[in-house]
Amino acid sequence: MPRQDRYALVPPPVAAAGGWSPDQLSYAFHDIVSSMSVLAMTGLVAIGSFAAGMLGALTGLGGGMIIVPMLTLVFGVDIRYAIGASLISVIATSSGAAAAYVREGYTNIRIGMFLEVATTLGALGGAYIAGLISTSAIAVIFSLVLAYSAYRSFQPREEHSIDGPPDKWATRLRMDGTYPTAEGMQPYTVHAVPTGFSLMFLAGILSGLLGIGSGAVKVLAMDQAMRLPFKVSTTTSNFMIGVTAAASAGVYLHRGYIDPVLAFPVMLGVLAGALTGARVLAGAKVRALRTIFTVVIVFLAVEMAYKGLRGGI
Amino acid sequence: MSEPLWRTGRWSDEHVELFVGNLLRWGVIIAAAVTVVGGALFLSLHGGRIADYHVFHGQPDALKSVSDVVANALRFQPEAVIQLGLLLLIATPIARVALSLLAFVKQHDRTYIVVTAIVLGLLLYSLTGAGA
Repeated sequence: MPRQDRYALVPPPVAAAGGWSPDQLSYAFHDIVSSMSVLAMTGLVAIGSFAAGMLGALTGLGGGMIIVPMLTLVFGVDIRYAIGASLISVIATSSGAAAAYVREGYTNIRIGMFLEVATTLGALGGAYIAGLISTSAIAVIFSLVLAYSAYRSFQPREEHSIDGPPDKWATRLRMDGTYPTAEGMQPYTVHAVPTGFSLMFLAGILSGLLGIGSGAVKVLAMDQAMRLPFKVSTTTSNFMIGVTAAASAGVYLHRGYIDPVLAFPVMLGVLAGALTGARVLAGAKVRALRTIFTVVIVFLAVEMAYKGLRGGI
Repeated sequence: MSEPLWRTGRWSDEHVELFVGNLLRWGVIIAAAVTVVGGALFLSLHGGRIADYHVFHGQPDALKSVSDVVANALRFQPEAVIQLGLLLLIATPIARVALSLLAFVKQHDRTYIVVTAIVLGLLLYSLTGAGA
């Protein structure tokens, strides 16, 4: 197909006629965005992505969780382009945050690398599955993961006791380490390596399928199953998110899912938002923000599931 | 920031991590700068077109492989310049894995040389050929 056709004038989609429906709002947006210039769209996408990146950083859910619903529901972007752009922004956030974390020295590179075998394999698998199933099915799965992440974000994150006998795999793979606390360097042991590894494979599949960082599943694996201290699991998970996303980004690139003109305002917006969010994190009322954000996410999850089932995505 | 690794010859985890921090920072800055240049170029030429992402067309072949993206970016094709910036960004975590591999080699850590080589292999497989 000739290049010019991609930006040709398209007729706006017909708005839902009569009565209220959950997608009426986004149809109204579709009318606006379907006649919008690339320049205006780029600006609005950048602003939206900035907000998504900031909320993602403040709540710990990650920007990818909100980029895909924002692009598909508000801007009417095809979910495949949305996932491609989201993956790019996930890598940007991960590398940007890691550059800041790395100096603090909490990342356990051995745990991260070992679990990366599971997440990269999963991510490649997820990216392949994405090419096989319908976009409606992807939307429905996305909404389920979205709802689960919102639920998880409300569960108190409990610090587990970090002593006790380590897993035999952890010993064999020399995963145990130390991390800095107020009382100096504190040793920790690693538990349930096979469970953690399996959960990471699942996290990889979801990441490759949906273009998200799968932070909620990664934290579940490292906090709950492997019982790592927060400081270690957070930074190690962040390192893994970037590598996992890079594994599926290659597949998406070759499939033509990564549209540079759409992806660049998403990437720059999320990156700037995430860095701003991390900076204001200390002074912010995180609990109130998390509540607001969760309401938004539940709304997006319902709308995505509804449109996915109706075949509107 | 300490001396570069290859000068000090010290490959402790701490030194590698410090180097990695700078690598990631500069990787992201350079990638962002390249996409900004490409994006500005594209918007100045085609910013007035009607945006159409509602229907999926897939990208043209020129933007789908690493070699084609680099070749077209060198001709200042605006979308290829943006795509090159995105590829540089994708390369940052891959570079981090590659550097970890080098560190494990220096530390003669056989188990993790194998583990890291598998991860790096999967990443390069994805970037160079998967899904084509």
